Amino acid sequence: MRRRLRSVAAVAAAAVIGLAAGCSGGGSSDSGKPVKLKFLSLAWQKDSLAANKRLVAEWNKENPKIQVQYVQGSWDNVNDQLVTSFEGGDPPDVIHDDSSALAGFASQGYLTDLTKLLPAGLKSDIPQAAWGTATFAGQGGGDQGIYGVPFLQESQVILANKKLLDDAGVKVPTVDAPWTWDQFQQISKKLTSGKRFGVAWALKSPVNRVLNLSLNYGGTFFQTSGGKTTVKVGPQEREVLQRIHDQLYKDKSADPSALGMGTADPLPGFYAGKYAMLPASIYMRQQVIEQAPKNFEWVTIPPLKGQTTQQGEIAQTLSVAADSKHPKEAVKFISWFLNGQHQVELAKGDWLIPTSQTAAKDPSLNTSKDGWDIATASAKSLILAPYLKVDGYDEFKTKVATPALQSYFANKISIDQLAQKLTGDGDKVLARYQH
Amino acid sequence: MSKPLKYVALLAYLVFLGFPLLWLLSTSFKTQREMATLHPRWIPHHPTLSNFTDAFSTQDLTGSALRSLVVALSVAVITVVLALPAAYALARHRSLLNRVAIGWVLVSQVFPVMLIIIPLFMILRRLDLVNTLPGLILVHVTFTLPFALWMLQGYVRGVPRELEEAAAVDGAGRLRTLVRVIAPLLTPGVIATLLFAFISSWNEFFFALVILKDPDKATLPLTLVKFTGAEQAARLGPLAAASVLATIPSLIFFAVIQRRLRSGLTAGAVKG
Repeated sequence: MRRRLRSVAAVAAAAVIGLAAGCSGGGSSDSGKPVKLKFLSLAWQKDSLAANKRLVAEWNKENPKIQVQYVQGSWDNVNDQLVTSFEGGDPPDVIHDDSSALAGFASQGYLTDLTKLLPAGLKSDIPQAAWGTATFAGQGGGDQGIYGVPFLQESQVILANKKLLDDAGVKVPTVDAPWTWDQFQQISKKLTSGKRFGVAWALKSPVNRVLNLSLNYGGTFFQTSGGKTTVKVGPQEREVLQRIHDQLYKDKSADPSALGMGTADPLPGFYAGKYAMLPASIYMRQQVIEQAPKNFEWVTIPPLKGQTTQQGEIAQTLSVAADSKHPKEAVKFISWFLNGQHQVELAKGDWLIPTSQTAAKDPSLNTSKDGWDIATASAKSLILAPYLKVDGYDEFKTKVATPALQSYFANKISIDQLAQKLTGDGDKVLARYQH
Repeated sequence: MSKPLKYVALLAYLVFLGFPLLWLLSTSFKTQREMATLHPRWIPHHPTLSNFTDAFSTQDLTGSALRSLVVALSVAVITVVLALPAAYALARHRSLLNRVAIGWVLVSQVFPVMLIIIPLFMILRRLDLVNTLPGLILVHVTFTLPFALWMLQGYVRGVPRELEEAAAVDGAGRLRTLVRVIAPLLTPGVIATLLFAFISSWNEFFFALVILKDPDKATLPLTLVKFTGAEQAARLGPLAAASVLATIPSLIFFAVIQRRLRSGLTAGAVKG
């Protein structure tokens, strides 16, 4: 209750101060000194870091009354850092995170609802599906609001060894005529030979990946009835699970030893020809370009098709802390920072897809070089990941789904036992979060 | 165990201990391509310094190393200055209260950091010490002090009481006895405690993450983590290069005082 009161008071204070700042003529504080904003950024790749710092420097040069301090954080521990800052009442003004973290922060009253603060230009430049990834119930399950501006998104593609495809007479599919899962499984078998596997599924952290891909067959894994959310594992949810399992143990076209690997771990085997194809996020292209041997030829294969090519989407976001004393200035900075032109720069730095429709049209993001055309086109397959809206998903993922999926893919339990674990144990976890 | 077998066991243990450091060193001189080979080599095929230049050009390694050094040295000295007299009192004046105090010192070590970080942060905020190196030093001292106290009181107990009684007979007061008689005998224990406090503070990450907000205040562990991304991804080359550099001060510190530390640990282990 005290926290609630304090947060309400903080929001009110921030609004009053923000209003005062707004009335004082665009930026400077009451004393005439420039407004100072702290921007916690999670950019870490060299190019991305450079792009972020360059944009902040440009903003500071053009806006002497609103000065932004760039603070680099880390994906590994950002949420621990933020919780402490929020509780201590000293959070950064502008916060870089991903949409999966926003639901919890929004319901605790840590973030500003941006719905009425965002300029129309920015709202219309980003598609509704992307806004959906940052729209959550407010404090204590209150009204829905926008708690972050989504700007970078990732899709799952397949990186393939071009020479091995050519040698096997396999044609590279197009975005308009992608491989179906059946075709992918057949081609994986065709590319498996001797010590070489057709595919390596690196599933150290399997849950988000499997849930995102399961949307190919309409598998949502969650259902809500009478305000109560439960886990469901029906035929649609079983499709992708079963197909990956078949590749591992029936077709033997996927290397079981890759299962425990992190996303980038199979890359050395990929370069050495041990794996012909690598299902991966689009940002993995950068590592291939930096690390692959000079004569290594590779291609990006578009997202696979089940009933559709749909995949779940999680976006990187910029939010404004509820305790920020300058929410209007923070939104002004975010709107400038994430305009179409800047999103091109940020997307190229992180090798991800921009949410800005203006940015997506940029020629540099539509060239066939380095698979950019396929990466950018894959954005149309992205839909809101259903689990983003599930209270208690993080605990379900960590305590139930991760060990259960790992056991299933290690062939220690059957798909029926997996379904039982996910629904039985999963429902118990979710029940504790129902309002 | 026969002598050759002992040497083999010792060698295996040394390899086990040295492996991470040697691997780090090897990685720091490799190109990105060489790091991503299926069968990695110990000796880089095309050694490069680019990881070091990259690490220095993208992050403030020198500044953060200096700040870490200031914090770690301050923590080491303050911890020992505070712990030494307290350890003497605990070891020499045995009472129920002292036993409770030692028990409490040990129990205080089991509290999870996450449990205390928010209240601690609020206290620091009230003291205007958030985002300051003195604030971090205060917190590090608070957390190293109990174990340092427990370590030192073991060393104090190892010093025979008869020496103090002899000093008293010769007319020395309690303070003079402590400074002139006891302190020199405790040198190994003090060195071991200094090293413990220094390394604990030098490597500490979480408190620094929460307390230090500005990039120009960051200590070395905070700077190292900036080479890592999501899902276990990292810029391995620059991270390895920066980690090698981060290890050097600890190694130098250890090399300078290791002989005294060895005797200190032995003394504590036998007599504590």
